[in-house]
Amino acid sequence: MARSSALRNAAWLWFLATVAVLVVGFREAIFLVPTEATMGDVQRIFYYHLPHAILGLVFPYVNFFASLAFLFWRRRDPLKALTADALAVASAEVTVLYVGVCLASGMLWGKPAWGIWWAWDARLTSELLLWLLYVSYLLVRRFSMAGQTGTLAAVLSVFAAIDVPIVFMSIRWWRTQHPAPVFGDGGSLDPSFYPAVLWNLAGWAMWGVFILVFRFALERRRQLAEQEEALRAIEASLEISQ
Amino acid sequence: MKYLSQILQHLRKDLRLEWRSRDSVNGMLFFVLLVVVVFSIAFDPAGYPTTTRQISGGILWVGLLFASITALNQSWTREQRNQVLEAQRMAPSAASALFLGKALANMFFVLIVEAVLAPIFIVFFNLHVLGNAWLLAIILPLGTWALVVNGTFFAALGLRARNRELLLPLILLPISLPAILMMVQATTGVITAELDPIYIRTWITQLAGYDVIYTTVCILLFETVLNAE
Repeated sequence: MARSSALRNAAWLWFLATVAVLVVGFREAIFLVPTEATMGDVQRIFYYHLPHAILGLVFPYVNFFASLAFLFWRRRDPLKALTADALAVASAEVTVLYVGVCLASGMLWGKPAWGIWWAWDARLTSELLLWLLYVSYLLVRRFSMAGQTGTLAAVLSVFAAIDVPIVFMSIRWWRTQHPAPVFGDGGSLDPSFYPAVLWNLAGWAMWGVFILVFRFALERRRQLAEQEEALRAIEASLEISQ
Repeated sequence: MKYLSQILQHLRKDLRLEWRSRDSVNGMLFFVLLVVVVFSIAFDPAGYPTTTRQISGGILWVGLLFASITALNQSWTREQRNQVLEAQRMAPSAASALFLGKALANMFFVLIVEAVLAPIFIVFFNLHVLGNAWLLAIILPLGTWALVVNGTFFAALGLRARNRELLLPLILLPISLPAILMMVQATTGVITAELDPIYIRTWITQLAGYDVIYTTVCILLFETVLNAE
């Protein structure tokens, strides 16, 4: 009991810290950072778009490694495998959310900046594909039968994880309508924009971790309830046979 | 050597089963024919030869993709009758041999469909290929294998699922999208001769890479899927 209340306190602290960082990020992005010269205020969407785009590439790999762990432990240690499976579900759902927000915010920016909501260029297409892959992952979980969900979903997750780098390399193979990478070599981002970018990146990363852990705990609870139910069913059947 | 003969046994079994019923190939042929007719009516290919050349690669592959999905859904049903699949799982041969045999058989069926389809396509769409037509002899098998290898795998994955017929396209389409992009670009490049040969070669190389990667993963993971419970 002491452990769970400590965990609850930690979760509350983490949540409050996340909100605080997001508030700072909001203030930086909307009020403090200078307005971009050519695009004006529309450019401020970027501070929300970019963190979601980056984190939308991190969570699929959480899903991938959780799935590999599930496949590894499936026969050796079923209880650990269940934990890995719960992490895989949670990260897949967070991936769909983050990539979805990235796509939506990108479209909101695209309409005023390009005059169109959507262009079929490499980066947009690959991002959409990422979203589709993890939606189909969740569908497999929904459609497959109770005992095999984890295994089938983990197998699909491996395929999806292979697809992601193939598709993301495609950005380098064409010139695209989407702006070129802004960080690293040849990055075009002015240092005066950094605080807004970094605060928001930190805030959304903390938020992502928070909902990931929250969903994970929920899934664990569901699994434990299911096990209890199964145990009770077995006990009941033993009583009848006596 | 033993592994190879196991694959051949599975392949022979599938070919014989298909030869006796001819369900898959006939179904696919009629389906693709219908797709071609529907698209011809939708686009009026005779009136706009340039546009036709630009879109015919895409239509060809979309038709083949849909047709192969109809056949792939059926390809494991045969094994389920009389608990044959359970017997396969207990057999001492490697699970991946079963997979490879089945995938090769499906590949063979789709290639038959393509061979019949090609002249029909040329007639109905009033096509003549402007680029190096012999490149299609590389692109078609590579692209077909990309569709069939994943399709066979995911048909097995959905075998015991609810809504099997619905599940296969829902998984297969997102996974195959990069391959579809590569083969459509390469095919269109050859048909229109507007794409630089260097680009066509890049597309073909990437398609081959896709095939190699996915075939490896399918072989490695098939046993897990077959014995999932």
